[in-house]
Amino acid sequence: MINKRVESAAAAVADIHDGATVMVGGFGEAGSPIELLHALIDHGAKNLTGVSNNTGSGRVGLAALIANGQVRKMICSFPRTANSMVFPELYRAGKIELELVPQGTLAERIRAGGAGVPAFYTATAVGTQLAAGKEVRSFDGREYVLERGLRADFSLVMADRADRYGNLTFRKTARNFGPIMCMAARKAIVQARQMVDAGGIDPEHVVTPGIFVDRVVVIPEPAQESILVKEGRSYP
Amino acid sequence: MSTAKTTTAGWSREQMARLAAEDIPDGSYVNLGIGIPELVAQSIPEGREMVFQTENGLLGMGPAPAPGTEDPELINAGKKPVTALPGAAYFHHADSFAMIRGGHIDICVLGAMQVAENGDLANWSTGEADAIPAVGGAMDLVAGVRRIVVITEHTTKNGEPKLVKSCTYPLTGKNVVSRIYSNLAVVDVTPKGFSLVKLAPGVTLDDVKAKTGAALHDGRSAEDGGPSQ
Repeated sequence: MINKRVESAAAAVADIHDGATVMVGGFGEAGSPIELLHALIDHGAKNLTGVSNNTGSGRVGLAALIANGQVRKMICSFPRTANSMVFPELYRAGKIELELVPQGTLAERIRAGGAGVPAFYTATAVGTQLAAGKEVRSFDGREYVLERGLRADFSLVMADRADRYGNLTFRKTARNFGPIMCMAARKAIVQARQMVDAGGIDPEHVVTPGIFVDRVVVIPEPAQESILVKEGRSYP
Repeated sequence: MSTAKTTTAGWSREQMARLAAEDIPDGSYVNLGIGIPELVAQSIPEGREMVFQTENGLLGMGPAPAPGTEDPELINAGKKPVTALPGAAYFHHADSFAMIRGGHIDICVLGAMQVAENGDLANWSTGEADAIPAVGGAMDLVAGVRRIVVITEHTTKNGEPKLVKSCTYPLTGKNVVSRIYSNLAVVDVTPKGFSLVKLAPGVTLDDVKAKTGAALHDGRSAEDGGPSQ
């Protein structure tokens, strides 16, 4: 019988190995899988490459994982936000690497990786610093830059509802990178607010089909990053 | 505490946003950058409908929610709380940027650090050594949206022109800007360079020329005070 539910966040992340590439869903705090990130801090895997739109805020969630020295490199589009200080400090000190990617190119690299497409051409970033050193080719009179598909060993994603097959729905703009990161990871690890019976999600309404999902842990009331930051919390 | 601006002539931020909004046709799909461009959503002329897209996954974005009803999972690209209007749709990031990169968004209104006379835009980085580079969706928007317009003050806080011969800051995109709404004038980017469309009240052509870092042609129609043919 297929049942992708695992009993704890700790069990869900237990095989993340040193040196793994880990995609982390979320746009700002919306969709950030904070309990999975804290479980990864407890687990302690090091030398990770993180793929995420941002680098977290305060000293919780993704920012805490980075502050804990577990991340060697970030691939992201916008590494600073209002309350982010961990990444900027480490970056200025030369202690963490950054691969800056335009947001749409980041999304398409992840989608392509998940769809078995090793590379693609895009008009984004042509003629800018972010295309430096990349192959440029002309199609129909316009220039495009070659970008590589992106895969990960694991992805950490927050969803709203899940069933035992791993079918998922998301909530509002917390969907963002979740569906494509599930596609691009060898092991997609999901925290969902609610586990429903098979059939509890109308097949017409499934956003991420379960084939892209490997593990689901139920976190009924995930912490809200901005509240933790406001309270000055840090993890661990 | 902020001190009030002592500009005697020219358009306010709201007026710039209003001018930009008036130029957007009924039925357009629109993406607004962070800052002054956000004001465009509140300036839509009566009887016109536009659909606002935010690249973090919402089409049909509405105004900020009433205090106390914010939802941390319903935000815009600037990570501020917003609402979803009836008829709205949520989608993931690859779909969102397929809208942008696939040419489905009609118009994007952005802020700028510099615009060059050939339409090059610089709006993501000063290139300073200790800055944390961050690009977000700016390069995707300028590469994929059909029409890119800019709302900006005509000069920097230090009085340096933002409309220049060529950008000194790192580029967001080459030859992408069509029109600029500044506090002093509306200016088009044409094959001949910057072309004046309209002057703000109390502002002269010479004022604008003096504050523009490249040649400015007078492309005004006769009814907007341009030279008669």
